[in-house]
Amino acid sequence: MNLFVIIISSMLVSNVVLSQFLGICPFLGVSKKVGTAVGMGAAVTFVITIACMITYPIYYGILVPLKLEYLQTIAFILIIAALVQFVEMALKKFMPSLHASLGVYLPLITTNCAVLGVAINNISDGYNFIESVVCGFCTAVGFLIAITILAGIRERIEYNDVPKSFKGTPIVLVTASLMAIAFCGFAGLV
Amino acid sequence: MNSCTERLKNGIITENPTFVMMLGMCPTLAVTSSAVNGLGMGLTTTVVLILSNAFISLLRKVIPDKVRIPGFIVIVASFVTMIQLLLKAYLPFLDSALGVYIPLIVVNCIILGRAEAYASKNSVVPSIFDGLGMGLGFTFGLTCIGICREILGAGAIFGIEFIPDDFHITFFVLAPGAFLVLAFLTAIQNKLQMPSATNVEKDDSLSCGGDCAACTGASCVANKGIIEAERAAAKAAKAQAAKEAAAKAKAAKEAKAAAEKKED
Repeated sequence: MNLFVIIISSMLVSNVVLSQFLGICPFLGVSKKVGTAVGMGAAVTFVITIACMITYPIYYGILVPLKLEYLQTIAFILIIAALVQFVEMALKKFMPSLHASLGVYLPLITTNCAVLGVAINNISDGYNFIESVVCGFCTAVGFLIAITILAGIRERIEYNDVPKSFKGTPIVLVTASLMAIAFCGFAGLV
Repeated sequence: MNSCTERLKNGIITENPTFVMMLGMCPTLAVTSSAVNGLGMGLTTTVVLILSNAFISLLRKVIPDKVRIPGFIVIVASFVTMIQLLLKAYLPFLDSALGVYIPLIVVNCIILGRAEAYASKNSVVPSIFDGLGMGLGFTFGLTCIGICREILGAGAIFGIEFIPDDFHITFFVLAPGAFLVLAFLTAIQNKLQMPSATNVEKDDSLSCGGDCAACTGASCVANKGIIEAERAAAKAAKAQAAKEAAAKAKAAKEAKAAAEKKED
């Protein structure tokens, strides 16, 4: 039951982009076409899930016994940076087709604050291993949902008559605002 | 000292990170529900930016080029951890208001961008002023957005309420309001034709839009990798072509020589 609450709340109620404001740069930057948006979302899902699996044992296995909790930020960002490099190499070697479709987005993920944000939130919320992996995966799926919807809307906006001053970023931000209002509607679910 | 004032003006006005470069959008949207939070986040980032710029500039000849990005990240993360502990000790209200966004300063693209674009190439004093200018520009942007949202949403400036309760639009202090306020501020900028990253047409193959003429390298260090890979591929192709041409020429020469020998 607890897991179900975590799934719903991390995916919809406190959506990572629309209510926590993490990962805004790729959300606004790579959402022009549905195809690339899905690619970015899939790459983020992949990295966040693995990052949660690795940061958890490192925090509770190394940092806590040595009383080095204050090194959390440094340790996590280094793990994530190394992980992204490693995932890229592994994909290149073992799954070239997946690498061809996700490859461009992988280096951009190191500086995606959603990855570090989820890892830190998992620790501060006191989740156990299963919960933090589930939370990471569902948060990333929330990102995938949001960026795909935004890309779909942006493809339609191309054909609309937007006022000159609102062309480009402003209309995208207005769209994001309306999406955020829609996602506020999920607040009653949990 | 002339270059220092120029760096300050560059950071606050010419290349303002919030309004002109549109960098560091996550904290810009997340912590600006009130002017005080915006100001606190801005000043915290400024301190980190000055310290990291100074240190990276000092170590710019020591850090090998290949591992510079991880090196920069470690330096920035160390300063962020220090600032986080200091805030916890001396300004606990700010620490609880900013929450997870303090450790997330590490991944703020303004800091890595300045390290890559300026501090790693220039001496210490100008780098410090560059950090100060960029930080103050960021603080200015965050405080502006914070003031707009606080007036509309809570009828107050810096916590001093001057509009009665009945006229508050709570929408603006919530998440959707952040997007809407930023949308209108950038629209006003476009209307007045003020310089901004948003009113220039760009192609979207790179995350910065590939606008290299106007770029300071700040928008995304990851672009460098993509461009370098492309250049390496082009170079390899060129080398390959040259090699093939040389081999062809050699074969032709040998054939000619053989033919001449035959004639003899």
